[in-house]
Amino acid sequence: MEQNNRTLYTILVFSENLAGLLNQITAVFTRRQVNIESLNVSASSIKGVHKYTITCYSDKETVDKITRQIEKKIDVLQANYFTDDEIFIEECGLIKISTPVMLENPQVSRYIRIHDANIVEVNPTYSIITKNGLTEDIESLYHALRDCGCVLQYVRSGRIAITKSCIEHLTEYLSEREQKYMASK
Amino acid sequence: MKDPITGAEALMRSLENEGVDVLFGYPGGAIMPSFDALYDHKKKLNHILVRHEQAAAHAAQGYARVSGKVGCCIVTSGPGVTNTITGIADAMMDSTPLVVIAGQVGAAFLGSDAFQEVDLVGVTQPITKWAYQIRRPEDVAWAVSRAFYIAKSGRPGPVVLDFAKNAQVGTCEYEPQHIDFIRSYVPVPEMDTDAVQVAADMINASRRPLVLVGQGVELGGAQKELVDFLEKIDAPAGCTLLGLSALASDHPLNMGMLGMHGSLASNVKTQECDLLIAVGMRFDDRITGKLSTYATQAKKIHFDIDPSEINKNVKVDLAVLGDCKETLAAVTEMVSKKSHREWIDSFAPFKEKEQKMVIDKEVYPTEGPIKMGEVVNCVTEETGNKAILVTDVGQNQMMAARYFKFTQKRSIVTSGGMGTMGFGIPAAIGATFGAPERDVCLFLGDGGMQMTIQEFGTIMEQQAPVKIILLNNNYLGNVRQWQAMFFNRRYSFTPMTNPDFEKIASAYNIPCQTVVDRKDLKDAVKKMMATKGPYLLQVAVEEEGNVLPMCEPGHDVDDMTMEFK
Repeated sequence: MEQNNRTLYTILVFSENLAGLLNQITAVFTRRQVNIESLNVSASSIKGVHKYTITCYSDKETVDKITRQIEKKIDVLQANYFTDDEIFIEECGLIKISTPVMLENPQVSRYIRIHDANIVEVNPTYSIITKNGLTEDIESLYHALRDCGCVLQYVRSGRIAITKSCIEHLTEYLSEREQKYMASK
Repeated sequence: MKDPITGAEALMRSLENEGVDVLFGYPGGAIMPSFDALYDHKKKLNHILVRHEQAAAHAAQGYARVSGKVGCCIVTSGPGVTNTITGIADAMMDSTPLVVIAGQVGAAFLGSDAFQEVDLVGVTQPITKWAYQIRRPEDVAWAVSRAFYIAKSGRPGPVVLDFAKNAQVGTCEYEPQHIDFIRSYVPVPEMDTDAVQVAADMINASRRPLVLVGQGVELGGAQKELVDFLEKIDAPAGCTLLGLSALASDHPLNMGMLGMHGSLASNVKTQECDLLIAVGMRFDDRITGKLSTYATQAKKIHFDIDPSEINKNVKVDLAVLGDCKETLAAVTEMVSKKSHREWIDSFAPFKEKEQKMVIDKEVYPTEGPIKMGEVVNCVTEETGNKAILVTDVGQNQMMAARYFKFTQKRSIVTSGGMGTMGFGIPAAIGATFGAPERDVCLFLGDGGMQMTIQEFGTIMEQQAPVKIILLNNNYLGNVRQWQAMFFNRRYSFTPMTNPDFEKIASAYNIPCQTVVDRKDLKDAVKKMMATKGPYLLQVAVEEEGNVLPMCEPGHDVDDMTMEFK
């Protein structure tokens, strides 16, 4: 994705689970006046390691500097940046719509079907739709429903991403670090 | 089972365990339990009571810079520790190992705006290598050990420990810790021998190499490796401000300081070399001048320990990551012995030009008011070029950097990246504790002196043998120079109405002399150096003296103003 000659980069950061790290990471963006488009923090597959998925529009040079300055933080294990073709991406959208409008206008349920979305709650007042996918897919459903005049609330999650690489770099890195340290003893 | 001890006592034992012998500090409410514990440890932990917490941080910096050890300070919460912020930021910019221990309100009061509470970790995160809040006594040994390991390893820097009061008074079993591994932290990147080989090939192919020597050489203890390298490839070198004593001033390959007020030759030749070899420096804007034209003709190699410095300001063709003590030795092994006579000789006309147009007038004047440069020259000669130079910030700093001579490593203590006025006096106090066997000469101006003048109290109490040379021109001289050069001589708030500094010194029992006449200068300097303990030498220097040559901001680095009237 491009915007004003800038690419949407996804930065994946792995860190120890210590208080205050999120602040340190976002401060690197603030100092360089780069806006964070989305941010997700969760557990990772390694015990005690947190994973940050951060997206921002930037040029390669800047995102490279940002990533290295993040990695420099003592408790950050690794930071890498990716373009969309290097990762699997997923986002989630939640849309609350008016049930009476949905019943009146057959177009509403048609859009939900076309977009392969799920209805997870129906009551006489409102219904809740969930939609997983890329930003464009979720936005497309939202815009269609909005045009039907039935949307009561809308929210979209930050991006989460997993690398397509066949090598699990972090796992290898950690075991290499431990081995080298043991060998030096 | 071991007898439980308080967290405060655990702190003292942990500090002793880290080999701390001097602490600079100031007591206050939230750190009182630790000062109480310190009372029993004061034989081993020599606590120096400063007169303002900012001075504790700068003194610890001065101590660290000359000794190579971690500087340590201990202060109270809230205003106590916010007063150290300037020193912490300064240490971050200049890669100085520092551990600042601050009191904090009890964990139960955190976030309640309790008396003297400040979100210290939040405040210091951007200006520290690591900031951590100790909330439980059992974490003290771990946190202190980790703090010292982080502060001194790799590229050094400041660490803050925010020590909650309940963790000071609570008890724990103490087990000494020795942390030397953090899995998320790679202090020294592994040397890439392929990169070293490529560097060697580039150096072998070069006909006009120029080496830029930074503080990394001092921090890595690679002074000898640097000389071996320079002499084998016969390459001229320029030093950054903080790298000045990494290479002896009189070494034939030393072409002087780089950058804004550096030597004409080193700056001109930066734009003529075919290979720029930067060692342990970070291409600060004061070094490069206009970035877009900086050494564009040259290939560039950057030896550094910090991967985030590579391509940060100047794009380089090759990075050699690692400890320069190791990488310089490795590349020296691989390069062939070279001679660059013609290239080195080509520096001479520029040295002569600078000598004639600037140095002769500044250092050897025969009439008119005393010049700053001649004072510096007089002092460095009297010390046999063996003293430690401490400076404040401004004209005094640039003049001292230009004309003080170095023969020993770790001999310059100055605030480079931050440019902190008021740094001089406390840093010089710290330096006397870090290198008690050496002479410490401090140059400062009448402006900077008054920013931390309260530390005369510390000097008096400790009889810290600081030789203070006050270059008094009754101006905030550096700003006045810029106003003269770039703001149409509109001296907006730079003239100073000064007190009688001799009276102040005598109130603190510091011997003092004022020199107004050129003919009295030499004897006065002799007398100062012969006096045991502290001394203030005030020199009335030319009021509107300028530091030259100068690469004006935004100009190409070789475009230096040689004269300004």
